[in-house]
Amino acid sequence: MTAVLAKPAPPRERNGRNPRGPWSRRKEPLTRRTVMGLSVVATVVAYLIFRTAAAADAPDAAAFRLFGDVRDWVDDNRDTHPLFLYGINYLRLGVRVLVEGIQAGLTGLGLPGLVAVAGAVAFVLGGWRPALLAVAGFLGFGFLGLWPESVDTLALTLTAVLLAVLIGVPIGVLAARVGWFGAALRPVLDVMQILPTFAYLAPMTLLFLIGSPAAVVATLIYAVPVTIRITELGIAGVAPSAVEAATAQGSTARQLLTKVRLPMARPTLVLAVNQTIMMALSMVVVTALIDAPGLGVNILRALERVNVGAAFDAGLAIVLMAIVLDRVTTAAARRQRRDWRLAVPVLAAAALIAALPIPGDLPTVSFAKPVNDLTGWLELHWYDGTEWLKNTVSAVLLNPLENLLVTTPWWLFVLAVLVFGLLLAGWRAAVVAALAAAGLSGLGLYQHAMQTLATVLVATALTMLIGIAAGVLCARNDRLAAVARPVLDAAQTMPSFVYLLPAVALFGASRFTAIVAAVIFAVPPVVRLVERGIRDVPPTVVEAALSAGSTPGQLLWKVQLPMARGGLLLAANQGIVMVLAMVVVGGLVGAGALGYDVVAGFSQREDFGRGLSAGFAIVLLGVLLDRLTQGFNRTKGPSR
Amino acid sequence: MTPTIAVRNLWKVFGPRPDRVVGSPLADLPRAELRARTGCLAAVRDVSFEVARNEVFVVMGLSGSGKSTLVRCLTRLIEPTSGEIEIDGEAVRAMSAKRLRDLRRHRVAMVFQHFGLLPHRSVLDNAAYGLEIQGVSRADRYRKAAEVLELVGLTGHEQQLPEELSGGMQQRVGLARALATDPEVLLFDEPFSALDPLIRRDMQAEVRRLHAEVGKTMVFITHDLAEALTLGDRIAVLRDGELVQVGTPEELVGAPADGYVEDFVRDVPRADVLTLRWIMRPAVDGEEYEDTPLPQDTVIRDAVPRVLRAARPILVTDGDQRVGVVDAERLLPALLGHRRQVPA
Repeated sequence: MTAVLAKPAPPRERNGRNPRGPWSRRKEPLTRRTVMGLSVVATVVAYLIFRTAAAADAPDAAAFRLFGDVRDWVDDNRDTHPLFLYGINYLRLGVRVLVEGIQAGLTGLGLPGLVAVAGAVAFVLGGWRPALLAVAGFLGFGFLGLWPESVDTLALTLTAVLLAVLIGVPIGVLAARVGWFGAALRPVLDVMQILPTFAYLAPMTLLFLIGSPAAVVATLIYAVPVTIRITELGIAGVAPSAVEAATAQGSTARQLLTKVRLPMARPTLVLAVNQTIMMALSMVVVTALIDAPGLGVNILRALERVNVGAAFDAGLAIVLMAIVLDRVTTAAARRQRRDWRLAVPVLAAAALIAALPIPGDLPTVSFAKPVNDLTGWLELHWYDGTEWLKNTVSAVLLNPLENLLVTTPWWLFVLAVLVFGLLLAGWRAAVVAALAAAGLSGLGLYQHAMQTLATVLVATALTMLIGIAAGVLCARNDRLAAVARPVLDAAQTMPSFVYLLPAVALFGASRFTAIVAAVIFAVPPVVRLVERGIRDVPPTVVEAALSAGSTPGQLLWKVQLPMARGGLLLAANQGIVMVLAMVVVGGLVGAGALGYDVVAGFSQREDFGRGLSAGFAIVLLGVLLDRLTQGFNRTKGPSR
Repeated sequence: MTPTIAVRNLWKVFGPRPDRVVGSPLADLPRAELRARTGCLAAVRDVSFEVARNEVFVVMGLSGSGKSTLVRCLTRLIEPTSGEIEIDGEAVRAMSAKRLRDLRRHRVAMVFQHFGLLPHRSVLDNAAYGLEIQGVSRADRYRKAAEVLELVGLTGHEQQLPEELSGGMQQRVGLARALATDPEVLLFDEPFSALDPLIRRDMQAEVRRLHAEVGKTMVFITHDLAEALTLGDRIAVLRDGELVQVGTPEELVGAPADGYVEDFVRDVPRADVLTLRWIMRPAVDGEEYEDTPLPQDTVIRDAVPRVLRAARPILVTDGDQRVGVVDAERLLPALLGHRRQVPA
């Protein structure tokens, strides 16, 4: 770490000791900077010469027609082609049976029964605190009058999580134990994890039509990388000394797995389930777009009518569900040993309550009216302020940037990505990013992709600005950090859809709304990573800097921020990926561009090809942004 | 009698294509040069030794000398590159996976530096693990585990988790676990180096006591000379993967094979380790002696009061035979000799 602090010695002194010869190290920074400057100048000149008139994307690009044809072929062959007859259709049927079984089970318990069972399970897994929370949360669904919708969402989530665990845990174990398998899987998971929820929907409808099975499969695909990742981490993290000791005692490979590795990785495995649930829940809400039942439908409908109040109830129910599921599973991960003596009677009592015919009618409470009143009041009184903010950001940042990007010819954009990627992130990342950039134009959605990109960049800039400031404050003030931690925790457990609500409430439906939602969505993890990065600066270095007489400002700018560079870059990478996810969802509330294309693809048959193209364009945009930021992080970050 | 453990020309080379090293001119290169030329590290080089039944055989060396690798090669926790290992006359390297597993389950147990306990299992379940994987019934394995826990003084802690115990107590669990399967051979890989000095001394006493009570063949790895001298019937000194010297503690201290071993044992109080054999002189004709002779394997320190009080030299005997003479003049250098010279 100290190497980061060391100032470059004057070249004369270094020549003699340089193992790579006198030229390479002395010249490198100089040439690099020059090349960078030249590239910037060249790009600007090329832009001025070649800029175009930003013609709108063609309504029937080749890619759209191709995807449309694929769709037609699938429709024609759905009942005849063996792939569907013996493969996908059975898969669909199986998933449907599973979902409906679970859903029937949950509904069959009735409200009192399900509340009791949820409380009992939470008690067994985590103790009395999570149990109380579970009872309160599940009763909350009833009070909000959203009981059937909540059960639907819960059933979809549980089905997807069940499948994700059944598939993901064995794969994760395999990835941890078999070197080449893990290595081959890693880039696939990398890409899967940066894809926004929207990107999964269109291909799913193609294969599985719309409805619950497609929703479950999409959720499964969205959530399973996390299951695999964390399982792999847990298994790989098992203390080698324990494995060796068990081997020395003559354990077979199977005994090592079932008696040593899996039990020792248990807390991590529960964490994997926890994270899988969180991912699944946020995706299940989004699958309302492909006609999956549940709370997402309420939110979607309310958003379409810009009825914040109606969406608020459903949003609250989702947040309740997220908090209950998160707390119960986290408590389960923390628990070492369980008291089974109490568990049996508690479970029995729950079963009894479920069996008794207790009426499940609760008085309903709706926040729709007060929230709508508040929104109305805000619109009335804050209108000037919010409007000013919206217009200023649009005029100063968003419009010029968008204008710049859309009037850049696509080949110049690809070239610029390649050159700057090469300079900043290494050739591998640069080539992948440039190919992704070229693909955007190949999909016939270059203009829309540039509009989305402009929104993403503005939102990321705001996110980083706010996130770094808040992260620095939290890192330097323990009391603030203690207050912020539970807030950040809660923020990170909420599904992305929920974040649209406050943004819509304040700013109505517009591009800027998506930016606000994205910023709210992405700031918490950024704050967290920045804080950790700064706190991870070794105290000895801080002490040394202080004893040399640094002011707090100098300490921050000259020591802490430069040394936290790894954390900052990681935060930027995370931030940009999350912002992209949210900006795309913002297509629902007036952000237009790619997000809107995807949504339109579901609703209008003739737009299917365009929607699918947009889905792929989002994937490419995600890959492009991730490679550039992550490659930058990898090549330049301090090695820890 | 066949030795319990016999190791002949054992090699372990880490790195790319390790087979090419052994038996080629590369094998004679010094460690650093071999590494530079091939990227291979010869952790164990051409090691041979035998351990007799019920012997405590200590392998001593600095960190990186290959001693942990050596002990792991014995049950193929690390697969040797070449050489032979026999346990009770049976070739370990020829064993099938199943046979090897049986060896590890029933005949050889190991105690590790970092304990290697299973954190999710109670002390009792940790001690019973070896029996559990053999398929021993629950009642039987708990009874046996409780027995060995009592043997190492952990009665009353059966239901605790390892993390609730101190380091010394955790290693007692490791010891109990190794004893539970009633193996003939116990391997110790620096078992006490992670413990505080006082606890370490307790544990060494524990091992001596156990050896006296249950009488196992033990191979004990350590970097601590004092530990080696207290525990070992014989000590092997390992340096850069090669055996430098194998001998009893007094052979090591009295006649170090080279400067390396000499450096090692320089600070050992010689009078505590050496016997009269090392300081006696031949009898001189016409000398008069004390009436009662001393046996030659008396440790020097134990002979001090008698020799200093005696008016005349004392005869040293081996059985009935006179082998030499000892007097105060021979004794004093041995008593003082271990002190470093203080510069004036």
